[in-house]
Amino acid sequence: MEQPGNKLLELRDLCKVYGKTLSVDHVSVSLAKGEFMSFLGPSGSGKTTTLNMIAGLTEPTAGEIYLQSRAIRDLPPYKRDIGVVFQNYALFPHMTIAANLAFPLEMRRVSRSGIRTRVARALDMVELSGMGERLPGQLSGGQQQRVALARAMVFEPPLLLMDEPLGALDKQLREQMQMEIKHLHERLGISVVYVTHDQDEALTMSDRIAVFNHGRIEQVGTPAELYDKPTTLFVAGFVGETNLIEGRVISADGTSCKIATAAFEHIAGNGPGLKTGAQVTLALRPERIEIAPASGAPPPGGRTLAATVTETIYFGRFLKYVVSAGGLTLTVVEQMRASRLSGFGPSDQVVLGWDPENVAVIGKG
Amino acid sequence: MKQSSIWRALRIGLCAVTIVFLVAPMLLVLTISFSSAQFLTFPPPGWSLQWYRNVFNAPEWSDTLFNTIEVVIPTGVLATVIGTAAAVGLVRGNFPGRAAITGVLMAPLVVPIIVVGAAVYELFGRLSLNGTWVGFVLAHTMITVPYVVSIVSASLSTVNDQYEKAALTLGAPPWTVFRRILFPLIAPAILSGMLFAMVVSFDELIVSLFISTPTFKLITVQMWSDVMGDVNPTIAAVGSLLFVFSLLVLGIESMVRRGGGSGGHIQG
Repeated sequence: MEQPGNKLLELRDLCKVYGKTLSVDHVSVSLAKGEFMSFLGPSGSGKTTTLNMIAGLTEPTAGEIYLQSRAIRDLPPYKRDIGVVFQNYALFPHMTIAANLAFPLEMRRVSRSGIRTRVARALDMVELSGMGERLPGQLSGGQQQRVALARAMVFEPPLLLMDEPLGALDKQLREQMQMEIKHLHERLGISVVYVTHDQDEALTMSDRIAVFNHGRIEQVGTPAELYDKPTTLFVAGFVGETNLIEGRVISADGTSCKIATAAFEHIAGNGPGLKTGAQVTLALRPERIEIAPASGAPPPGGRTLAATVTETIYFGRFLKYVVSAGGLTLTVVEQMRASRLSGFGPSDQVVLGWDPENVAVIGKG
Repeated sequence: MKQSSIWRALRIGLCAVTIVFLVAPMLLVLTISFSSAQFLTFPPPGWSLQWYRNVFNAPEWSDTLFNTIEVVIPTGVLATVIGTAAAVGLVRGNFPGRAAITGVLMAPLVVPIIVVGAAVYELFGRLSLNGTWVGFVLAHTMITVPYVVSIVSASLSTVNDQYEKAALTLGAPPWTVFRRILFPLIAPAILSGMLFAMVVSFDELIVSLFISTPTFKLITVQMWSDVMGDVNPTIAAVGSLLFVFSLLVLGIESMVRRGGGSGGHIQG
């Protein structure tokens, strides 16, 4: 994804200080042409401030922003040519939908006939043809969101920024709009930076995700990388549900290491260069653990562990178990299958199994 | 039940007394302005329009009335431009010293008006502005700017600044953002600020008293000296005209406010 010269946007050590707090702390990340990247993080993590600095609405305290290899830090927002979709749509309430869409084209001195055709095309793109003469207040939330999207794209900017654009919509409409935005992105090949605090939204829509916490980027990666190989405790905990197991390195060399937990030992490659005695955390997704009756054949996967069910929670599509195994409490998720619809009950003896490949080792600090 | 009806009666009674207390003098003046008598008597012995004719015929009234109009209109325009610009800067801007600037702009509302009058008189004396059209416009503008600032500021703080941010990102430079986006959204407040400024300027007496000269004075100053001297019902006619003018302007203002109040607030 990140060949040099293919970078559309690059943030280099971007910082923003408000009063005495460092809201954005040396953020460096780059975006390839045509890429869809999400900034994911809890509120106050600096993701929206970073977005506003890219848009030119907030002045960085330090650092530089490159758009198509050009430093744009000192460029005012109206000269940046970046489309922005705001959370509250920010459609001009005194202008018709058509006038809203024409506004950025007028600013670029597009001819009248050019404006007319491009506004019509934009309305068509978001399936709102015939709504051009209405005022924003006469449209539903979802329709307003579509107009906001069309307005930010009608002048064909190389980059589109979206700040929690679906935050005000209900769940069903949200999921529908997520798909629409994703399809528009694929069809038009526009590069997108998408700010959200919703991990599901980030996972389903993005090519890559940058996870923000306390003004810093904790990890950048594809949804699968973040989900399966979190490199920090925060990412492991924030993106999806996971079992976090405390452990200690009991032996290590250049290529592999052995980690002891309260209930089992885990052998892993020593990529991060862990030393003997180091405290680590293992992250293991609940759905990556197989569960089988203690009496029957052990479940597949390299590692097995005897456990006792302490709680069963029914979710319809799946069952969630809380089990205890040698001093550890783990969560296990089992999909409901046609072959066996009755799950285990409390105090049932079971055997857990998992592939060591699915365990992420997270160092301290 | 009984107790609440007693309270109700008391409340209505109190309101009625207040209204009579406030409105009765005005009605008295209105009635006397149509009097056929040569002096202030109530009830009037007969009816005539002679005092209104007098307002427009006697030079001391017609001259000062036109002087006032010549001051009120530019004052309204100037105060609106300055007040609106100040309000936008103070509400939207982010620079040090905003509180201090607000304090200075609002001072004419807080400082006793007689102190303002004396200070202006002193300053204008050095600048030879006493008794000049320019002097009156400047003094009235200073007094009326705070009204525009507070009305426009109140309206601005209800308009979400995302509209302006959106316009900036769509390629509009700041002045275009104001002209195309912000101005239409706060236009009702700007207009009502201007009308208020004009009413205040029209009614202003104290500062005008200080800076008036026999060659250039306003109608309020003329009324004042008339009341101090021999009293005839012309003063009632002038008073009634002023009253009707203010009523009219405030009526327009409330219509503007009601008609334009829908725009500018964030939805969703």
